[in-house]
Amino acid sequence: MSANERTLVVLLQDHPGALTRVSSLFRRRNFNINSLTAGKSERPGISRMSVVVAGEAAEVDQVAKQLQKLIEVIEVRDVSDGAPLLREMALIRVQAESDKRGEITELAKLFGAKIVDISHRSMTLEITGAEHKVDSLVGLLDKFGIVEMVRSGRIAMARDNASGGAVWDNTDVLSA
Amino acid sequence: MPFYDALKDYPLHHVLVRHEQAAAHAADGYARATGNVGVCVATSGPGATNLVTGLATAYMDSVPVVAITGQVGRSAIGRDSFQETDIVGVTLPITKHNFLVNSAAELGPIMHEAFRIARSGRPGPVLVDVPKDVQTEEAEYEPNQLAAGYDIHPVFAPEDAHYARAARLIDSARKPLIIAGHGVIISQAYGELRAFAEKTGIPVITTLLGISSFPESHPLSLGMPGMHGPANVNRAIDEADVILGVGMRFDDRVTGDLSKWAPNAQIIHIDVDPAEIGKNLRPAVGIVADAKEALARLTDGVAPSDHAAWLDTIRSRNAIKAEAVELPSYIITPSDVLTEIKKGTNGEARLVTDVGQHQMWAARFYGYEKPNSHISSGGLGTMGYALPAAMGVKAACPDDPVWVVAGDGGIQMNIQELGTIAQEGYDIKIAIINNGYLGMVRQWQEFFHNRNYAETRITSPDYVQLCAAYGLKARKVDDRTDMADAIEWAMNQNGSVILDFTIVQEANVYPMVPAGGSVAGMIEDPEVIE
Repeated sequence: MSANERTLVVLLQDHPGALTRVSSLFRRRNFNINSLTAGKSERPGISRMSVVVAGEAAEVDQVAKQLQKLIEVIEVRDVSDGAPLLREMALIRVQAESDKRGEITELAKLFGAKIVDISHRSMTLEITGAEHKVDSLVGLLDKFGIVEMVRSGRIAMARDNASGGAVWDNTDVLSA
Repeated sequence: MPFYDALKDYPLHHVLVRHEQAAAHAADGYARATGNVGVCVATSGPGATNLVTGLATAYMDSVPVVAITGQVGRSAIGRDSFQETDIVGVTLPITKHNFLVNSAAELGPIMHEAFRIARSGRPGPVLVDVPKDVQTEEAEYEPNQLAAGYDIHPVFAPEDAHYARAARLIDSARKPLIIAGHGVIISQAYGELRAFAEKTGIPVITTLLGISSFPESHPLSLGMPGMHGPANVNRAIDEADVILGVGMRFDDRVTGDLSKWAPNAQIIHIDVDPAEIGKNLRPAVGIVADAKEALARLTDGVAPSDHAAWLDTIRSRNAIKAEAVELPSYIITPSDVLTEIKKGTNGEARLVTDVGQHQMWAARFYGYEKPNSHISSGGLGTMGYALPAAMGVKAACPDDPVWVVAGDGGIQMNIQELGTIAQEGYDIKIAIINNGYLGMVRQWQEFFHNRNYAETRITSPDYVQLCAAYGLKARKVDDRTDMADAIEWAMNQNGSVILDFTIVQEANVYPMVPAGGSVAGMIEDPEVIE
């Protein structure tokens, strides 16, 4: 995570269109979003999003507060502090003639990636990890020829002992 | 149609407008005048899309409106059916929230929720889209049941520490100013603002939408800031050391170039919307609270003070010489119209202004005393707003004189509502400040485009004949000696009247801080600079 990125966790009602409201807000307010993922949370009827925002503190503050204004948003937390758990998943399909398979398999093993599909022409790797780890593997696989790739974007969770992750309330942030 | 079929069974007065945009503006005018939610209804497709400008206007100015739209039947949604529009999608960025009702069972709770959302916290418009077959479906209605899962976030209770810091800043200020915005009117914090200003002796500036939150005859009242504010007000901001912004949002028409605005001031910002704190500028202290509560608490926390010398300095710089322009005596100046209306109505009127030069003149030269007596489209700057909004204001305040002040451009944008006004028998007096131009644009062309008046010359119909066609009266006024008589005549007519005031074509609004500029680049009236 680069220095001017913050990770927000957003809990929102699992209503049709709620995600549209969030993405419409980002577009309308011209916010720079590096990554956005959405899925179920531990609570039925409540979705959870992880949003990685680029920008200075004041910009991130605006993103959080504008999100909080959406009626279907329940909570916005900034989990950036306290070494949050940040993970990304990728499926990477590379060209793999028979003479390359050994090298690719070796790379997969080093990165803890799984080989989930194989054909005469290609191998498909599944990797989960921090974004930079996925970046590294992608970089190393590049020379074989990446045929197709899908990355999930980052999902985020604060550590159990972290003090970070407080509900966004930051009149102090601004006046500090 | 099922909606209208059932409407007759309820004790509601329905006003049939001529165009849906007018319905949205009228609901907005009603809401601004009363603080209650205004309601408008439109059919699906084009009816719904015609509401858009009105909803965007209400959204920008934090006005509680509930719009109910018809939608095609549930099974027809998504098939490009006749008169189908995804109005929920269209109005997503210009409503506080919106709903598509999926069953009659949901309808009651959603309606309650819509009203609650519209009026809570920072108010705003909410749209409820009701498919036709939901309108004919039957379900049990449970009064006071709210839809599940729509949380309204409580306003963060600001800590005592914030108030204490704000109070310290105010107590130590030597050149403080208050800038009061629409939030003061929305929370009806007139008494609290006055008590705070009088205890601290701090001069009060009112933004365009803050006008009539503080009586302009009060010794501490300074007037409007920003692009067309008096020069001495903008110079005071330039010099101030502490500025308390309450219920306002440091809009670009107030600040111009933010990096050069109020360079010497520490800002205290009070707003009910947490996202406003820090949105445009970073305050020294941000307080998220309703203006009424915050001002009352701050008043308790500050020491009594007096800034007479500072106020004298500001006042001594007032360059307005009461429009002392050398003109032939018959020519009507814009400020004349406003002062005559005020005289004629004893200051009892509610003025609904349109958008453009006349709006700035009405903001500057009327002298508002009565709380919430100035109603205008500020944020969106919607030409065509005044006439339909005035219908809502009149419906809300039938006993108050209601005056529209509009330009000859804006009045023609919703002129069809004369039909509604005639049908309803509304008594609205309409002053058109007629210069034969889209005057504000013409002024920009004069200042910034070498007087290339491209496509701003505009003709008007003969308003006397037009009104006659609607069964209304009108009078053309082009001699200043006829003004007082014309206004008195208008006041004595039953029903609505147009007064069509001819002013000089190239009258300008002075001073002017060009868009994105600062006080240093302020253009002042060449006739009054000494």
